Amino acid sequence: MNDTVENGSIVSLMDVSKQYVRGRERINVLDGIDLNIQAGEFVAFMGPSGSGKTTLLNLIAGIDQPTSGTITVAGRDIQQMSSKSLARFRSEHIGFVFQFYNLLPFLTAQKNVELPLLLTNLSGSQRKKNAATALQTVDLADRARHKPGELSGGQQQRVAIARAIVSDPQILVCDEPTGDLDRENATEILELLDALHREFSKTVIMVTHDPLAAERAERILTLNKGQFAGA
Amino acid sequence: MGYFNFVVANLFRKALRTTLTFFSLFVAFILFVILGSVSVIFNSDIELEGGANRIQTSAKYSIIDNLPEKYVLEIQALPGVRLVTHATWFGGYYQDERNMIPVFPVDPTTYFEVLSEVKITDEVLARFTETRRSMVAPVSMAEQYNWSVGDLVPIGAQIYPMQDGRRTWEFEFAGTYDAGNDFSAVLINYFYFDEAREFGRGSIGWMIVEVEDAEMVPDIATQIDSMYENSSDPTRSAPEAEAFRQFMNQYGDIGLIMTGILSAVFFTILLLTANTMSQSFRERISELAVLKTVGFSDTKVAICVLFEAVLLCLIPAILSILCAIPIGEGVKVAVSSMPFAFPFELQESTLFGAAGIALVLGLIVGLVPAFTAKRLSIVDALRT
Repeated sequence: MNDTVENGSIVSLMDVSKQYVRGRERINVLDGIDLNIQAGEFVAFMGPSGSGKTTLLNLIAGIDQPTSGTITVAGRDIQQMSSKSLARFRSEHIGFVFQFYNLLPFLTAQKNVELPLLLTNLSGSQRKKNAATALQTVDLADRARHKPGELSGGQQQRVAIARAIVSDPQILVCDEPTGDLDRENATEILELLDALHREFSKTVIMVTHDPLAAERAERILTLNKGQFAGA
Repeated sequence: MGYFNFVVANLFRKALRTTLTFFSLFVAFILFVILGSVSVIFNSDIELEGGANRIQTSAKYSIIDNLPEKYVLEIQALPGVRLVTHATWFGGYYQDERNMIPVFPVDPTTYFEVLSEVKITDEVLARFTETRRSMVAPVSMAEQYNWSVGDLVPIGAQIYPMQDGRRTWEFEFAGTYDAGNDFSAVLINYFYFDEAREFGRGSIGWMIVEVEDAEMVPDIATQIDSMYENSSDPTRSAPEAEAFRQFMNQYGDIGLIMTGILSAVFFTILLLTANTMSQSFRERISELAVLKTVGFSDTKVAICVLFEAVLLCLIPAILSILCAIPIGEGVKVAVSSMPFAFPFELQESTLFGAAGIALVLGLIVGLVPAFTAKRLSIVDALRT
């Protein structure tokens, strides 16, 4: 399957809107968004709180549905997919990095990373091997047997990144990946994302409040009141 | 790590909580298996080995009333009666008043002939018959109390003192008999007992009447009761199994009581387990959302939750089934040496029943969390 659309974009949004209904009030979170992200691009979304950054990221990751418009990711119109196909699609194409890591506290780092591989047909030993490689990539091979509670914030985020890349997805979707970290750890995480982008040609789409983090991106898009600034 | 290991890891995320829930369920299932077996025994048709052509005759109004000994010969004379034997409730204990053991004075010459399923060697029977002040006991009891042939065994009497007022009788241990698992009593020589007791001479507790043909049992039972209907000691005769059931029913409606207890236990356990499951579910809503984010389908997440609930119930049930087998053996021994013994046997149906109930319980307590997990919106759940 061709993972990009005709114009070479791996992510394409056309006139995408998202509304939430809160009580009797209808809130426009995103309003007519058009966006193309090229394969291998590093894009940062910035903007004030409530501007729709995370909602946009969730739509691209296929964990939320737009109210209107079309979203094409890796050549697939994700609105047309069933919940089951969409789950499979996420496991194959999208790696998600959360602000608060969201690791399962009762599993070791190795097992947390292995989790997405349960959805594949890989053997147990192969899953283990791939998880070990992912942990090595984020330089945490020596912490494989540690549980999240035994790791620092920066280390936990690196485990989360290892979990996001273990299935070798094309797209890494990062929701404020440095938002919970101090400057030193934040820099390490950003360098890691940068390396994944440069060395493994991953498409990185990142939401951030931090201008220093955004500087790593090739393109910075600023959202305000559900629209790109200057749109 | 496979799915199974993942679900087990989830189950033990709060090890103490899970262990305590396991323990509660374990105790409940042990109760179910043991009490359930008792209930099955009390509710089933009792079949006594070799008892089809036997009638039990006791005093009409209460089994604690005695009957005149002369009834034995009178009934023996009835046409169709092959042999009559008798026994009496002695009310004994060994060493300590709390350590009650069933002791029956019996006629050694007829008792083992009528109760052909109770096996005794000729040698032991000869000793028992010839030594009037002797006793025999089942193998298990002799082993339990370490009795050897020739030992003088003191047996305390709760009902019958000796003529000199002593309440401790001494019997020479003549050997053992084998009654299978259903019967466990010390047997003493009735004729010695009758001579030596302070009161009640010439009376017996109940008779066991062996008839020539099992089909004659109802008629002869009726005939016996008719003979004594207007006497000062009327009788109640019934086929042995029926008499046994009537005796057991004196405890009360055991089946109903057991069912009531078990229903209460399982209702409580259902609430407890459902609470554990829902608590565990609420704690990890965001984790379930993470699973969905990394690609677990709604159905897969629901199955994981449901499987966890089933394991939560099934593991203690299996452990309790495994432990119930030796516990059941212990209960069997304990019950057989009780004054009002009944034939306890762990019932296979309750073992399978326990596994079945565990499965159903797991499905019930897991269904709502699993359904909620399936419908969980990733975005909403990640916000929690």
